[in-house]
Order: sequence, then C-alpha cells, then structure tokens
Amino acid sequence: MKKLFVVLSVLVVLSMLLSACAPQPAPAPAQPAAPAAKAPEPTKAPEPTKAAEPTKAPAPTATPAPRPTPPPGRVVVEFWFGLGKPLGDVLEAVVMDFNKSQDKYYVDPIYKGAYPDTMNAAIAAFRAGKAPHIVQMFEVGTATMMAAKGAIKPVYQLAKETGWNLDPSIYIPAVRGYYSEGENMISMPLNSSTPMLYFNIDAFKKAGLDPARPPKTWTEVRAAAKKLVDSGATKCGMTFEWPTWTQLENFSALHNVPLATKSNGMTGMDAELKFNGDLQVRHLQTLMDMAKEGSFKYGGRDGAATVLFPSGECGIIMASSAARARIKNESKFEWGVTFLPYYDDVQGAPINSIIGGASLWVLNSPGRTADEYKAVAEFFKYISQPAVDARWHQETGYLPITHGGFEKTKADGFYAKNPGADLPYQQLTRSKPTENSLGLRLGNMPEIRTIVYEEWEKAFQGQQTAKQAMDNAVKRGNEVLRNFEKTYK
Amino acid sequence: MQRRVVFPNRLLPYLLLLPQLAITTVFFFWPASQAIYQSLLRQDPFGLRTQFVFLQNFQSVLSDPLYIEAFQVTAVFSISVTLFVMMLALLFAVMADRQIRGAPAYKTLLLWPYALAPAVAAVLWVFIFHPSIGILGKALNGLGLKWDYQLNGVQALVLIVVASAWKQIAHNFLFFLAGLQSVPPAIVEAALIDGAGAWKLFRKILFPLISPTTFYLLTINLVFSFFDTFGVIHALTHGGPGRATTTLMYKVYMDGYVNLNLGESAAQSVVLMLIVSALVWIQFRSTEGKVHYS
Repeated sequence: MKKLFVVLSVLVVLSMLLSACAPQPAPAPAQPAAPAAKAPEPTKAPEPTKAAEPTKAPAPTATPAPRPTPPPGRVVVEFWFGLGKPLGDVLEAVVMDFNKSQDKYYVDPIYKGAYPDTMNAAIAAFRAGKAPHIVQMFEVGTATMMAAKGAIKPVYQLAKETGWNLDPSIYIPAVRGYYSEGENMISMPLNSSTPMLYFNIDAFKKAGLDPARPPKTWTEVRAAAKKLVDSGATKCGMTFEWPTWTQLENFSALHNVPLATKSNGMTGMDAELKFNGDLQVRHLQTLMDMAKEGSFKYGGRDGAATVLFPSGECGIIMASSAARARIKNESKFEWGVTFLPYYDDVQGAPINSIIGGASLWVLNSPGRTADEYKAVAEFFKYISQPAVDARWHQETGYLPITHGGFEKTKADGFYAKNPGADLPYQQLTRSKPTENSLGLRLGNMPEIRTIVYEEWEKAFQGQQTAKQAMDNAVKRGNEVLRNFEKTYK
Repeated sequence: MQRRVVFPNRLLPYLLLLPQLAITTVFFFWPASQAIYQSLLRQDPFGLRTQFVFLQNFQSVLSDPLYIEAFQVTAVFSISVTLFVMMLALLFAVMADRQIRGAPAYKTLLLWPYALAPAVAAVLWVFIFHPSIGILGKALNGLGLKWDYQLNGVQALVLIVVASAWKQIAHNFLFFLAGLQSVPPAIVEAALIDGAGAWKLFRKILFPLISPTTFYLLTINLVFSFFDTFGVIHALTHGGPGRATTTLMYKVYMDGYVNLNLGESAAQSVVLMLIVSALVWIQFRSTEGKVHYS
C-alpha cells in the first residue's frame, strides 16, 4: 500500500521532469493546466516526504558536448544556425576554419534547432535586446526579415560601413536575387538548393526503361512511373518531397507563370497570389490522376517523403539537390539524377528553377561595436571565397553560391567523379531569371505553404476538385498576405 | 472535523505561502497576463510596430470557420481520448487488483509507457504505423486495408487518439489501482457473503467507492487531451491531412510559432484558458454532490 504511493509519487515527479524536457513551445496557453491539475486531490495524498525523494533525473543532468572557447583578445560574434547533422557539422567546420585563418575575430557557431526554432529564438533574443550577430534564416522567412527594418542590418549597408568592397556579381544571380532588393544584397546567401529528379536505375532496368534516357517531360514521367508500377519494379512510381516547393513554386518558375503579382512579391507587399492559373490547376489534376492510377504516391508534408526513394519504394522522386548526400548514403541501388520535368506544350518552358535553403542575416542589438560588424563582414568575405564555397558545395550537396565556387569545383574534377552533381547549377543558371523565376517574397510564406498542403491533401482524398483546391488556397493565402500587410502599415 | 489553526505570528503564514505564490505568479499569472495583453495587440514578430486593436483579434478568431473546425476536432479528440483511457485503465486496474501470479510484474509493465516523453512515444508510433516503413502499417497495407494516415483524415485522428491514450493509460491505471486497493476489504467480504457476483460487486461497491478517483481522472484526462497532446500530434500528423488533426492547442502553436501571428495566437490561448477553466468549474459543480468521498 505504502509502497505503491512511493512509486506513484516518484512517477509523478519523473513525469514532471520529462514533460519539462519535452518541447513545450507555447508558454502561455500551457499554464491553465497547472491550477486545474493541482486542485483535486487524489484519493489519498502521497506523503510529502516521499514525494521529495530524488529521482533519476533523465535529461537535465546530461552535459552538452564541450564547445571550443574563443581565444582571449578576439572580437567574438555569435552565429545561430538551424542546420542539423550532418550538414551542420560541415558548417561548424567552415566556421572553425575561419577562426583558425586569422587572429582578430572569432565566430561562435551555436545550433538552435530547426529553422523555425532558430527563427523564433532569434526573434525572442532580439526582443530581449540580446540578438545574435548573425542568424541563419530559411528562405521562406525572407519577407518577414526584410520587413523588420531596424532589426536587421542589410548586407550592402554592412559592406559600406566596414569598407568591404562587396561585388554582387560574383554571386549566382538566381541565388543573389532571392535575397536582394533591386541591386542591394540584404542577406548573405549560404546554403541554397534546387529540386532535381532522382531515379532508381536498377528499377528502370527491371521495368524495361532506358536509364540513359530519363524522363524529361511530365508525359514521360507519368508513362515511366506507370511502367515501374505495372511491371512490379517498384511499389510506387513517383513521389516528391517539399510538395509546394517542388510542385508549385518551382513548377511555376520553370514554366514562367506567376505565383503572385508584383514579381512574386519581390516588388511590393501588396502582391496577390495568382497560382490558381490554368497550368497549375492542370498540374494538380495530373497529380490527382496519377494518384488514382497508382503511379504517384503522396508522401506527406515537408521532407516526409524523402525516405520513400532510398528505401526503394518509389522509383522516381523530385527532391532537393541537398538530398544527394542522403540518397547516396542510404540507397542500396544505382541511381541517377536529372532536371525537373516540364510540360512540352508550354511555350518557352523550361527556364531556370528557383532556390530553397537559407541565408545569413545580420541582426542589430543595443551596444554593438564597429569591430563586431567588421568581424561579421570578414566572415562573409571568407565564405564567399571560391575555395571555401567550393568545399561547402562539394561536402554538402548545396549549390555553390558564387561562380568562382563552381569553376573551382569543376577544375578540381569533382563533376567528372560525381556525374550529375553539376546539374543543379545548370538548371538554376540555364536562363536569365524572369520576374516569375527570380524567387518569391511573400509574407508568412510558411503559413501559405501549410494552406496549400491542406487544400491539396483534401483534393488527393477526393474531397474537392483541382480547381477548387487551388481557388481555396489562393483565397486563404491572400488573407494571410493582407494580414501581413496590415501588421506593417 | 473543523479545527481552526491559529498562528501566533502574523507573518509566518504568508511566509509559508510565499514559495507557492511565487511559483504561481511566475509560471501562471505573469504569462497569462502577458497572453491577455498580447491578445489585444497587432504586432510584428520583432516587436517593432505595435497597434492596439482592442478585441479585433478575438473577433477574427471567433468568426474564423477554421477555428470552429478546430474546436470540433478538439471535442471529438478529447472525448475519445478520455473515454478510451478511462475504460481501458479501469479494466486493467480491476484485472491487476486480483490475486494472480506475477501481479507485480504486470503492474510494472503497465507503467512503462508513462515514463516516455510524448514526442519520443510518437516517434515510436511512426515506426510502427508509417504506411510504408512502419511494421504494422506495412502489414495493414499487405492485408489489403488501405492504411495511410498521411492522406486519410479519419485514420489520422484514430491514430493520434490511440497514441495519446496509450501514453495516458499508465497514469490512470495507477490511480485506479490505488483507489481499488484503498477500498476496505471488510466491505468487499461483506458483499461476497451476501452473495454478490463479480459484476455486482464492481457495479455496486467498488465503482461507487472509487468515484473520487474517477472524477479526478476525468478532469485530468480532459485537461491532458487539451494541452499535453501537442508532442504526439506534432510528431505524427502535423495537424493534417487537411486539417483533420488540428486541435485548438495545435492551432495556437501553428499561428503563434510557425505563422508568427502573435495577436491572434494569444487571443486563441485566452479563449482556450477560458474553455478549460469553465470545463473544470462545471465538472466540480455538477459532480461534487454525486461523488462519494469516504
């Protein structure tokens, strides 16, 4: 009897510890539970002395891995990033090499969780007057950051203040343009990727498809996917990760149709969504038809579908160029990579694709010194060097951000050894970006992506037509944009 | 029963209360008041521009059909979880309360899920039920059942109900077991001598005597399914497919943390706070009289 209560109280304490370690993102709403939980007493209250018994504290005692400390006398700047392992390790190595390369400045890299977590941490720190000097922010947060004038220091301004002779033309236009206002670079590109089509060569052979001639158009993709399934080579023909990024944002860019007015929001906050055009509706219909005939499988939101390719379940996947490392490590079959498919009856298609990934933002905070900004500028200069950029590109699968990085990689013979590794760069630079393919800058883009997921999922379940799904997404997305606009008026 | 304790020192009672008051203030009153304040503002995430908009946030939240939808999802979800948890936990407790060989082992095993953090538990559920990499998920599809919680809203809801309930059953089991064990054996023996069968014994003696526990658990479970199921939903379904598993709590997270709409998110949490306060109040009012305290 008594023993049971000891167990009980120990468990209660344990559970409190555990829930304290579990992610509890919204602080305020979680609180009302506390008084309610305390008010009613269990049949018999556990003896207080027993409740205080120390339990094996699970996580809090675990000490984090020791981080290198900056040598004395250096100007130290904080750099918060949101890249998990193994890509984050490469980033840390790049930063540490910078620190070794000179004796005046020191960049302290701190992992802050996934992109949205890093963003929220930086925002909270800014509001508390303790913002990091540099923060890595995902591309869909660009509009929010650009609107936060006063919180950020644009890169072109940083260059001017610190005497850094910044030449935007060394950066790849499709990368630079995403993070620029006109000719002025606002944030510093770092990790950029673009979606590609990966295919399972073994499965292609088994299905009687020619792996030397991978599908180029959507008609060919559909035929190949169907053949893969019908022949029993794979269970699922085709899938894609990051559904809106690969099938809507890049799809629209490739076919030179607008996602939104005002050059996809690049030239004004009053942009309106336009992605319920004929071509985008037609494409969703194609996907719905393919799902029905069993040649396409929806693998979930964000990166949930990636696993379906290396596991051998799907013979074709449209995925980020940065997924290359994972596919290489996890696949037990031969695979190939090619350009994203297009509709060949659309005139002028395909043009260049657009990027995803993240860039580096300089945050203002009370008490910043000129030296600290200089340190930031030095670091940006460092990562823009061809050798550093080339290494970043080769080790991570992200695109080179500079032309120099690409040339250096080519000269290293990397592309000869890794066939297909240069295709993302080619796809991104194969034409001069138009107003539909420069990128996008829409307020609260993460919310708009979620809306599209929701409407598409309803369409895939057969609850609405392709046209209805697109119309609803545009209508709801426009409300988000208007809300965003109101906040900054 | 009524014994009045008189403290000779006037300061002492306040001093003794201080730790609890301090904790409540820091962890409840302060954030709650912040939420109320924030709910009246329209503000950009960095706090650079702030407009006082009175009750506009509440107006747009309450007139939003998606909010009503989330409310319905939450109602279905919470009631399902609560019923599911309590029925199974009571069944297990009654079974484990009997004199059987290896009873302590069963009891210990039944407690294990409680020691897992919700997010970890949810990851395990992914490995079991993912339609293409999960063991059971694959088997279900192999049997010809079209199992895909990423595209089937009903299946997704069932999955998070079961996953959340599984997590909570251990806790309920423990309280039911404690309740059952605190029933005086004399009463049970008297009933048995009077010729009561197992069902009658449970229905007429045990169940009424553990009603305070049942009542307490009802409140706790509802509050749990309102607030503490975030980890499970986040790891398993992200509120999808469509909006099939977006509960009120998950919507607060999405709007505040992902969409950075602080004003409306705060307004939602204030509404949530009111709902739960009301729920607890109603439960106390309506059940207090009927609950038998020994």
